[in-house]
Amino acid sequence: MVTMTPRHTIVALVEDRPGVLNRVSSLFRRRGFYISSLAVGKSEQPHLSRMTFVVEGDEDTVEQVTKQLNKLIEVIRVSELNEEDIVVRELALIKVHASATTRSEIMQLVAIFRANIVDVGPQSLIIEATGEEDKINALYNLLRPFGVRELMRTGRIAMSRGTLEGRGERGAVQTNGASGGDRS
Amino acid sequence: MKLTGAQIVCESLLREGVDVVFGLPGGAILPLYGVMHQYPQLRHILVRHEQAAVMAADGYARTTGRVGVCMATSGPGATNLVTGIAGAQMDSIPIVAITGQVPRPAIGRDAFQETDVTGITLPVTKHNYLVMEASEIPAAIKEAFYIANTGRPGPVLVDIPKDVLQNETAEFFYPEGVDLPGYKPTLEGHPAQIQKAAKLIAQAERPVILAGHGIILSRAYDEIRELAEKSQIPVITTLLGISSFPTDHFLNVGMPGMHGMAYASMAINEADLLIALGMRFDDRVTGRISAFAPDAKIIHVDVDPSEISKNVRATVPIVGDIKRVLRALLPQVQPSLHPESVQRIEHLRIEHPSHRIRETDKLIPQSILKSLCEITDGRAIIVTGVGQHQMWAAQHYAFKESNHLITSGGLGAMGFEVPAALGAKVAHPDKPVWSICGDGGFQMTLCDLATAVENNIGVKFAIMNNNFLGMVRQWQDFFYDKLYTATSYTGNPDFVKLAEAYGIPAIRVTDKAQVEASIQWAEQEPGPVLVDFMVEPEENVYPMIPAGESLAEMIEEPYMDYSPLAQAEGRA
Repeated sequence: MVTMTPRHTIVALVEDRPGVLNRVSSLFRRRGFYISSLAVGKSEQPHLSRMTFVVEGDEDTVEQVTKQLNKLIEVIRVSELNEEDIVVRELALIKVHASATTRSEIMQLVAIFRANIVDVGPQSLIIEATGEEDKINALYNLLRPFGVRELMRTGRIAMSRGTLEGRGERGAVQTNGASGGDRS
Repeated sequence: MKLTGAQIVCESLLREGVDVVFGLPGGAILPLYGVMHQYPQLRHILVRHEQAAVMAADGYARTTGRVGVCMATSGPGATNLVTGIAGAQMDSIPIVAITGQVPRPAIGRDAFQETDVTGITLPVTKHNYLVMEASEIPAAIKEAFYIANTGRPGPVLVDIPKDVLQNETAEFFYPEGVDLPGYKPTLEGHPAQIQKAAKLIAQAERPVILAGHGIILSRAYDEIRELAEKSQIPVITTLLGISSFPTDHFLNVGMPGMHGMAYASMAINEADLLIALGMRFDDRVTGRISAFAPDAKIIHVDVDPSEISKNVRATVPIVGDIKRVLRALLPQVQPSLHPESVQRIEHLRIEHPSHRIRETDKLIPQSILKSLCEITDGRAIIVTGVGQHQMWAAQHYAFKESNHLITSGGLGAMGFEVPAALGAKVAHPDKPVWSICGDGGFQMTLCDLATAVENNIGVKFAIMNNNFLGMVRQWQDFFYDKLYTATSYTGNPDFVKLAEAYGIPAIRVTDKAQVEASIQWAEQEPGPVLVDFMVEPEENVYPMIPAGESLAEMIEEPYMDYSPLAQAEGRA
């Protein structure tokens, strides 16, 4: 979905304990922060998970989001990633109606997008696509005329590029509230 | 030797130096009560309603700076704690609440007296735990106390299933420290930021200090006084900042905001620098943000980074403990005088004397509080509920001692006055503790008069009885066409008889002439007493800046005498 509100990518390293996701989502809900996507999975460190949020809002909102996340005891570190210097991916599964006549056309589109067909049924295909959100959106829009029965997206995961190594995953912006605690 | 979960809880509490616990037992927490006799050092005070347990723990914590501890059983016991926990979260009060939970196999099956207490309290605690193994209890309690009373203090709840308390045993080992990689409060202010702050202070012509609860929480009384005196900067205290700086100090301007002193709000609006210390620009202080302190740069010091630039953008933000930041800042602050600014505020004070009490023969709460202040020499611990009486206490009791106003500020929970006063008195048996009650709030928690009697907790209860939900009625008066819908308490009991039914000596005061004698009588009684002051029913709190409005819309007391003669009296 295209929107005029600026989008920000926030990555949080959190302790892998029951209820952490609940704490994080409860925080977003009660403070009225809007998350357009949230993806969670294990990190390279044992007992720690990494969450990627895409948050809509102005700079003040993002500042509050990162500060509030940092207040959660089980959140180890929060970083806002610089949109210029990140690798972004999303995975989508798309179940699209496919008859004998449309199947080959769909397969061509899938090839162009370097997506995969992971299931073939008599009347449908399941397509697996990875890429930036725009690519998924484009593929989805092209498939819609065929009849998309189901769409499932993981939401964005993001990582700052290796050129920023040494600055760690904090990317360009320090947000942990120390050293003056403010970006002004 | 292996101990049961219940014994481990008690041992852990003793390691944390806990000497008193407020609670009420029930099925799921019964194993803990079953071993309590083995730990006579833990004084348990039985309340009549769990809300009193948490609010008493709150009063204990506020007046000592130590963690207040309360206990309740699962389900309704735990949910009855929620209001008090939410209040402690809003006002940054260190509390550890221990709740029993249904046995592990029953969790998630809608068992009798089961509620998801960690889920319910998640948004109103600093942190909470559901402890599923007896061996994990010590670390959970250690962390709970550490989290509750470091950084920005707050409540922590520890929920323990019944079978973990009763059936499980483990070797008791109390950890020395905590391992919390995600919790590292910043206590020292950043030197460059402190330098910037000192520079702003040196440049300012009309600086004011906004002193909040953070001064009290970090016990920075000497530091704020030194800052104010060194640079001759007027001090404005928020509701929870009252008694962080002596009320009668010539630089103390008083409380700002909705029911603050008119001149305090005016001084903020004319200031070119706000030095905001441990306060959070609450809407009751700022009114409409866009019209708040339009000309001021802001130095904002707070231990919680998320408070900075949350409501009002700071020019110089400093994250850190107030006391440490001020200690680092003070040597860099140049001695200076701001005679014009101080005179200007004095002039505003004469023109808008909101601290004055109107002359009347009627029994009004303002003059009762003034008399109470005189008789107790401004040295009593004053615990209030929420509403008109709270504002009058904030306006007219001149505190000489630090940290002597105990009030539900952020949450504004009526009924706080009774249990919080019990907690304060348990912590300070030798100090006078006055519970200033509204007749509305008093009826929310009066069941715990029994707790006062049972434990001989000598709180002096003073009801400002107007047979109304006074503040709500005032809003109806001002903003809802005087339609007093559902605010008139026509069925109030005879509070004197009620107190006597509990075995508490009580008197009723209907005449202004009886006020002093009644207060003196109460002071001399050794145990709990009650004074029922039948005050003017439709008295309003002035001034008032309506919610969401600016200083320009302030309503001042209409019958105040602004004659030149009254002005000449100045500080009368």
